[in-house]
Amino acid sequence: MSERAPISLAAQVGELARRSVMRTLRQPAQIVPPVIFPLFLLAINSSGLDAATKIPGFPSDSYVDFAMAFAFMQGAIFSMVNAGTDLARDVESGFLTRLALTPMRRAALLVGQLAGVLLVTFLAGVIYLLVGLIAGVTVATGGTGVIVLFLLASLIGLAFASLGAYIGLRFGSAEAVQGFFPLFFVSLFLSSASLPRDLIEQDWFRTIATYNPVSYLVEGVRSLFVIGWDGEALALGFGIAGLIALIGVTASASALRSRVVR
Amino acid sequence: MRDDNGIEVEGLVREFKNGPRAVDGIDLQVSPGEIYGFLGPNGAGKSTTVLMLTTLLPPTQGTARVAGHDIVSQAAAVRANIGVALQDAALDPLLTGSEHMRLQTALQGVPKADRRRRGNDLIERVGLADAADRRVGGYSGGMKRRLDLALSLVHSPRLLFLDEPTTGLDPSSRSDLWVEVARLAREEGVTVFLTTQYLEEADVLADRVAIIDAGRIVAEGTPESLKDAIGRPALEVVPCDGGLREAAAAVLSRFGTPAASAPNAAAVRLDRGNDALADVVRALDAEDIRIADFQLHAPSLDDVFLAKTGKKLGGEDEPVTGEHLEAMAS
Repeated sequence: MSERAPISLAAQVGELARRSVMRTLRQPAQIVPPVIFPLFLLAINSSGLDAATKIPGFPSDSYVDFAMAFAFMQGAIFSMVNAGTDLARDVESGFLTRLALTPMRRAALLVGQLAGVLLVTFLAGVIYLLVGLIAGVTVATGGTGVIVLFLLASLIGLAFASLGAYIGLRFGSAEAVQGFFPLFFVSLFLSSASLPRDLIEQDWFRTIATYNPVSYLVEGVRSLFVIGWDGEALALGFGIAGLIALIGVTASASALRSRVVR
Repeated sequence: MRDDNGIEVEGLVREFKNGPRAVDGIDLQVSPGEIYGFLGPNGAGKSTTVLMLTTLLPPTQGTARVAGHDIVSQAAAVRANIGVALQDAALDPLLTGSEHMRLQTALQGVPKADRRRRGNDLIERVGLADAADRRVGGYSGGMKRRLDLALSLVHSPRLLFLDEPTTGLDPSSRSDLWVEVARLAREEGVTVFLTTQYLEEADVLADRVAIIDAGRIVAEGTPESLKDAIGRPALEVVPCDGGLREAAAAVLSRFGTPAASAPNAAAVRLDRGNDALADVVRALDAEDIRIADFQLHAPSLDDVFLAKTGKKLGGEDEPVTGEHLEAMAS
């Protein structure tokens, strides 16, 4: 038996993140939709709903500024799909079993996988912002706000990706992960993504949007574009994203433990 | 219990939810450096046994030590000492052969300076040097099995578990893999636990063979001792006139027990062995049955299998996915 040196957790994460990024770059279907569809919807919403800015109390005179958060949230939902699909395919192909037979730590697989997905989410976010700036979007919080924006967007991406990872590991089927996509998408539409909560006329819709945690993620991101430094919105955005990420990572770790009997 | 690269199993049982016992109390011992063949029909419990011995599936009852370590309480130590190639090659279709090697050598803790050399050596050894930079999704089934074998060897394991390693391979690839497995055992002292549906494979490769049926080991020994235990050779006769097959069978039945034969032939397992041959020929001649073909078969593992289980070996074994993976998830 040749000499073996235990590989550090960081090195394990690095190797698995490298694989995750390579896999993503080799699957255009994992890159194009997260970039194109949010921009497409941004264009449609901005042209079709621009009149909403005339509603008294609407927080911005530019619907594009207002809708930028919607694009970032869509990107996060795609991170859910990509993370879940990749892990489900590892289950289906048996590759997860191969990894389980190495001294790899479970945390390395999760973190490595999520790191690759988050890289794509981050790059997609850069593209949304650049396109938005070209289209005249302004960031009320300036350059510092952009840094906070990407921190919050990354945390939201991690939250959704970890939920995707859980679904992928729990069900072990890429189709099951795809099946959850509409559910997440509907949760976005049933939030304050299209209108501020206090301007939603229908009671049932406003109630759902109020209880929908996605609303607070949207409002945290949106505040950076249209309001300025809003401590409450940011605290709720970071807090709820962190809580979802904590739940998602814990559930994923548990599902992974069940998958790779130790 | 010894701290070596053998396997010791006592009363191993695995029950699945709402199903029968896939493995129903098996005992076995595999010595260091031995090639141990595990033969069984569809659903006999071969793959389930491998999953338990490789720590991927907890046993319901019983104990097993692999490389001197308990498969439940010392699973990490077991995994550190074994290489595993399961029934379906576990590969990422989006990575190249070289990228698989890089990842596997890193995760298995091969020193950084040795990783590239180790990976290249193994890729070359399994004949994939020309395809090393191609994505695995484009590999043939045989290439995938060879890469899978190479990946299972990156950390120079003391024990190797191969679950139907040559299923689906062409004869040439199968032969190459046999040579490599035999070399690992003879030259490097690697213990090999091999499940197979090919009797020939067990006969050629294995030092000892266990036959498993319905979750129980029904026979165990060297291929020669198992065949010797059957003892009597079988005589198969093809009459020139197909209409005389029944008549030929009646004559043959005077000399032993009827045996399985081709549709146009009659066969008998000779009570007196080869000594009866001259008498059989005379008896057939006396009945005016002309013979087109006349073959004496020494006992094979197929005969052993038939004698021990009452059925012929064939078909696919139970897959590793499906119920097993559900059980692993539960």
